[in-house]
Formats: sequence, structure tokens, C-alpha cells
Amino acid sequence: MNADVPLLSVTGLEVSFASRRDTVRAVRGVSFEIGRGQIVAIVGESGSGKSVTARSLVGLAGDNASVRADTLTFDGADLREFSAARWRALRGSRIGFVLQDALGSLDPLRHIGSEIAEPLREHRTVPARSVPGEVLRLLAEVGVPEPDRRARQYSHELSGGLRQRALIASAIAAGPELLIADEPTTALDVTVQRHVLEVLRDRTRDGTAMLLISHDLAVVSELADHVYVMKDGRFVEDGPTRMVLDAPRHPYTRALLAAVPVPGVRALRRPERLAQAGTVLEAKELHKTYRLPGRARLTAADGVSFAVRAGETLGIVGESGSGKTTVGRMLMGLLEPDSGKVEVDGRPWTALRGAGRRAARRRIQMIYQDPLSSLDPRYTARQLLEEPLQVTRTPAAERRRRVAELLDYVGLSADLLGRRARELSGGQRQRLAIARALAGEPDVIVCDEPVSALDVSVQAQVLEVLNRVQARLGVAYVFISHHLGVIYQISDRVVVMNKGEVVESGDVEKVFTAPEHPYTKSLLAAVPRISPEAETIPG
Amino acid sequence: MAGVLTVPAPRDRRAGRLARLLGTRIAASVVVLWAAVTAVFFLLRLMPGNTVDVLLARSQVSPQVRAQVIAAYRLDGSVGTQYLAYLGRVLTGDLGESYVLREPVATAIGQQLPDSLALLAATMVITVVASVVLAILGASRRPWVRSSFTAVESLASSVPPFWLGLLLLTVFSFTLHWFPAIGSGGLPGLVLPSIALAASAVAVVTRVLREGLLHALEEPFVVTARARGTGELAVRFRHVLRHALLPVTTILGWMAGSLIGGAVIVEIVFSRAGIGRLTLSAVQNRDMPVVTGVVLLAAVIFVVVNILVDVLNWIVDPRTRG
Repeated sequence: MNADVPLLSVTGLEVSFASRRDTVRAVRGVSFEIGRGQIVAIVGESGSGKSVTARSLVGLAGDNASVRADTLTFDGADLREFSAARWRALRGSRIGFVLQDALGSLDPLRHIGSEIAEPLREHRTVPARSVPGEVLRLLAEVGVPEPDRRARQYSHELSGGLRQRALIASAIAAGPELLIADEPTTALDVTVQRHVLEVLRDRTRDGTAMLLISHDLAVVSELADHVYVMKDGRFVEDGPTRMVLDAPRHPYTRALLAAVPVPGVRALRRPERLAQAGTVLEAKELHKTYRLPGRARLTAADGVSFAVRAGETLGIVGESGSGKTTVGRMLMGLLEPDSGKVEVDGRPWTALRGAGRRAARRRIQMIYQDPLSSLDPRYTARQLLEEPLQVTRTPAAERRRRVAELLDYVGLSADLLGRRARELSGGQRQRLAIARALAGEPDVIVCDEPVSALDVSVQAQVLEVLNRVQARLGVAYVFISHHLGVIYQISDRVVVMNKGEVVESGDVEKVFTAPEHPYTKSLLAAVPRISPEAETIPG
Repeated sequence: MAGVLTVPAPRDRRAGRLARLLGTRIAASVVVLWAAVTAVFFLLRLMPGNTVDVLLARSQVSPQVRAQVIAAYRLDGSVGTQYLAYLGRVLTGDLGESYVLREPVATAIGQQLPDSLALLAATMVITVVASVVLAILGASRRPWVRSSFTAVESLASSVPPFWLGLLLLTVFSFTLHWFPAIGSGGLPGLVLPSIALAASAVAVVTRVLREGLLHALEEPFVVTARARGTGELAVRFRHVLRHALLPVTTILGWMAGSLIGGAVIVEIVFSRAGIGRLTLSAVQNRDMPVVTGVVLLAAVIFVVVNILVDVLNWIVDPRTRG
């Protein structure tokens, strides 16, 4: 160990991917340093090149990647000259890597105990007979309760938070000096995210350095000492975290910060609500229980009641497993409640059959988190928009006019009509999904996590589109999300769900500023914030 | 889906689930076998001519034997009585008497079964070893590796086993004299027939396995494994191979069927004793008791293989253990 050189030093890193048709330059000359025990973050949106940068540091940028750098040293050793065997000796033992998406990143066919044991055995960190004990110690260290039982479970049997902890345990098993964490908390609920961030922070207390890759500025502000803002393969700005977040110099950083939806800060101008709006959709005492393997039961909805008025947005907020998606499906009439009923314009779904039911369906539309899987991949944008119009036997000339109108509502260009969903960007896809939902002139659109998979800047645009459409057409939304900031931006009233129950509901300002239920309070407290007083660990 | 609950699954609970899986599969298999027996029974009745003559297969027997057959199969009774009598005999393991071979069908099959099982076992071993090795070697992104493997696989899967058998015989027995050309004697005699039989199975399994490997190599957990410092061979054997096996287990059932069919031809080409040879001569002699016995045996093998496939799936993929 060499104390006077930085742990990791990178200058002029370039990564490009060559395909038969063209070469994509993903990273275009970035330089940074990570000192021992320091926490450095790279922030950027999808496609900025941040993950590729991270992977290049462990020699895993990909088969068709070409990596060049002026300097690329770890603890004084030149990584550019590393053989495959030296890379393997470095990976896992001196540099640990936590990938995004713990469900996919842990081998689903192996016990998590075996996964954590892998680096220990590979690098002979501890004698073979001590491996099982070491695995349990690691699981306990990252805060997994009952380690001996958990070690014998598969990743699909664990909750998202425990999975992420197990993945961290496998990355830190061999005691690396540098831990690279690529979006370590992206798929997690806020309260779970808080715990995982604490686990990571604990790791750095003993002098482990960390490179944090994230799109989430709030997460970065809680952990990092130094932050690099990445866009299109380059760093546009860097500096101590506090300085960059409090006084951003580059317009892109400013735009990123402005786009983050924060509970309590209004970014959208909500349309005026009608004074005497009638109820268009109502849930009355909905109950739904699922049978689980074995004899266990899961109550997904336990007496859920609320009304949606014409032209308003009702937000349903809750963590995963709170039952919010189940409620959304019951609103759509896609799922029968065990008891209770959903009324569309005062008529329950159960009373509607055949043509009446199909007519009611058109009045309630749905958009999903992932339009790529909810839009037929073989259809062009035009076909996707025309299909609901053909169902209502709209004449061809009228259809063309309506398609143009729908595009105008969501701000899509007519040039995109020939493309299929895959050929559109994430934001364009979701706009297309909104336009398609609008085709049948619905009264209500149920939006299930519609912006959760999008970058903050795109997310802000899609929310803006939804807002504008509502102001123009007076359509009501039931907006389901786990993200309190997003819910705050778009909702007039909000319903907070926990374990199938509505714990609190009311006007969004009231619920967010003066929450009454302890659960709502804990949710709001767990939201990571970019606030000046947030403490950071000195490097 | 809302709601994630992690329910503890101790080992004894898992064993209970396996027992339940086996129970339902075996119950379903009994139904399949019963259907096979029933089909065979009605097939015998549909054969042209008197059922007694069908069973006796033109062999010269005394009137006493003829009377015995009528009594044993209750051919003087109603269809219902005959059916129940037949079902009862099959249930007690009595597959009847071959009047051509002048011995019980069960004995005839029992004598030939070991040779066929040896051939099938050798074929299975070759298939498993060769496909795993070839698939791991061929699971490469390089276009020329992929296309050459694909070409060889297409060729191997489209060559009929009898032609390949003749080719192997010409080269390795008649020209090089490495392996015996005929007979069932010992291991050397097994080599050529099992290669001839395994070739197309190896081609198909290798292709499925190789595509499975390439697919699994793209999964994020592979990057994680590499990021732990795991070597390429370990990544393939420890992580990826098991994932690639999942699609293979589903074609195993089909493979068992095609191997039984192929075995008949290969046994003839290599002049081996075995069920295939027995079946062929039984068909030529219209020896219906033997033919029906073989049909029932094939049904049993097929059912057993499918149960084994389910168990294999259960072992390989913990996610199916619901």
C-alpha cells in the first residue's frame, strides 16, 4: 500500500463501443481521482456514460468496448497493462462492485450464502473451513436479520432491501479498499433506501473508499464528499458535494437540480379545480386477499374507499407491497375485489356486462411504468394511436385528424408516427402511451408509476404533459406512485396506503405539511433531501 | 403484484412440496398408462380378423391352446368382461404369451431389455458430455465460431441415424477395424451404435444449451460474478450452465421418445440384440402380444422420463418450487 498516491487515478478515460454500423463514444475523456476513504459520486442521467465509466475501472466495460486512458492507476499499479489474471485478482478482492438491481445481480439459482462465499473462496480471503462463518458475519454486518436462515435462501425469497444488503455483503466480502456502487438504491422504497445508505456509509467509516454512481442527486448529497456531474460522456462540473449542489455553475447541473421533484416545492402549476365536480369513479370498502404458497395469505386491500372527482388528480402513495397496484387493477375492473365495489359513474363494475362493460372500459384508461412492455412492439406509433379509434368505428379521415390532435396534446412530432415503441426514447414512449390512453376520450386515467423509470429531466417533462392535458381536457387521474415528490407535484388530493389500508387521506398540501398518521410521518422523514444542513462524512 | 412477503421455507417444507409434486405427477402418469392400456386393448379388437387369430399370429397351435387363449382373455364374454380381464392381467404384470416365440412376452422383453438399456445409457452419457463440452466451447460472440457450430449442428441433426450408422461401420469397422461391426458384446460394441444414435440428440441439445449459455452470459449476475474476480470457466460452470439447462430439461422428454424410435433402427443396422430387433420381428410376424407389450413398455419409459424431467426442473430451478 502506497500512502502518498491517490487510491484511484484516472485521466483522459475514453470508452467507445464499435458495432458493425457505427462507433458509439460512451465516455469522452474524463479524469478523476479517488483518495483512500473518500466517497466520490458520478451523477448523470441514463446514457451519460456513468455506468460504463464505473465498469471500465474493473475491466468489465464489455467485449466490444475499447478503453483508452492517459492514466488509469489503482494504488500505483497501471491498470492499462493488466492481464486477465491480474484483473481477476483485483476484482472482488481490492475493488468491490455493487450493481444496480439486486434481483438480477444475484444468481437466482444459488443461495445467497453461496453468492457471498464466492469472492471469499475465489481470493482465499479466509481458510475454506471458516467461509460459512464469515458469510454469516458479513450478513450480520450489513444488517440482515437471522443470517443463518437467510444464507440458505434464494434471492427471490428475500425482500428488495435484504437482497440489496446481500449484494453489498458479497461485494465487501473480501475487504476491498474501493467499493463501486452503481445505483445501489434505485429500485428501493424510501425507508429501505435510507437503511441501505446507512449500510454503505458504515462501510466507509473504516477507511474504504467509495465510488457512487447515481442519477439521484439527493442520494448523492447524503453520502458523497466530491461529486462529478456527467453528461454525454463528459464531466460538465465537479467539486465538493455541498458546493456543487448549493451553487451549481453549469446550466445542466442547475437544470438537473430544478427537475428533482421535492415534496413541498411546487414546480407545476396545477389547473384550477371545478367547484362542484361530480364523482366519476368511486372505490367502496375494497377488500382483496391473495393466497400465497403454503397457507399464508396476503391482504393487499383492506377496506379501501375513496372517490375520484371529475378533472382532479388523486394520488395513491405507498411503498411496494402496500397494495396500491392491486387497488389500481380493481379500479380498472381487471381484478374482482373479494368484497366491496368500484363504481363508474355510480354503476358498479359487477353490474356491467358485455357491451356496457366495454363502453365503461373506454372511460377509464391506464398507463403503466414500462410502456415498452405495455405497447405492442410490432405496431407503429400510428397504429397504436389508431387502434382505439378503430374500436369506436371512427371514419378514416376523422382518425387522421384525431391522431394529429392526440400528438399535439402530448407534444410529440408527427415524424415519429412511423416508429415502433423500441425506436422511441423513454419519454417519447410514455407520451405515446398517454396519447393512446386519451384516444377513447376517457374520464379517468389510472397511472401506475408512470414516471418511475424515467430520468429526472424526462420525468419533469412527462409530468408537465400530464398536467397540461388535464388542464385542456379535464380528465381525472388516479396517480399511483411510491415517489412522494412526484405525488406532491401532480396531485390535488392524496391517499396514503400501507399494508392494504388507507392510513391517511386528504388534500395534498395538508397531508404533506401536517401529516397525522405516524406512517405518513415516517415516509416523509425518510425522503432523501438536498438540504444544506445534511451532514456528510469527512473524507 | 402488490405485496412481497418472505415466508420461511425450511428444508422439511421443501421436501413436503417435492413429495406433493411427485404425488400429482405419478397420479397423472397412472391415468396416462391406463389410457395406453385401453388404447392397446381396443386396437387389438380393431385388427382385421378374429381376436384369437390376431393373438395367435398365424402360428399353428392345438385346439387346447386355442381354448386356453379364449379362456385367458375371456374372449367368450362381453367387451366389458374382456376389457376388465385384460386390465387385470396387465396390472399383475402379465403381458400375455407370444405364440410365435413360444414364451411369455414379459420374458422376451426382459431378455432384450438390458442390451437396449445399455445402448440408451451410453447414448445419454455421450449426449450429456458432448453437448456440455461443445456448448461451452461454442458459446462465443465471435461470428465465425457461431456460424461454424450452427452449420455442424444442422448437418448432424439432419443426418438419419441409419445412414450415419452405415457410414461409421464402413469407416471404423470395415476399413480401420477399430470396432466390431456386429453383435452386442461389451463396451467396444456399444461405441459406434451409441454415437450413431446420439448424433442428432447432441446436435439439438448443444444448440439449445449454447443459446441458453449465450443468453445467460448477458445476465447482470454474470457481471457481478466477474466483478468478484471469478474466472471465465467458473462463471460458465458455476453460474451460467445451470441457467442454460432450464430450456434443455423441457426437450428431454421429447428426446426420450425420439431415442426409443432411433434405437430400433440402430439395433437393426448394427445387428444388435434388443427391444428394437424384437419389435421389428414382432411386427413382421404380426406377433400382437409382443407388439402390445412393447407399446406398453414405451409408454412406461416415456412417463418415467417425464417425471424425472419434472424432478430435474425442481432441482435446477428453485423458483419453480412455489
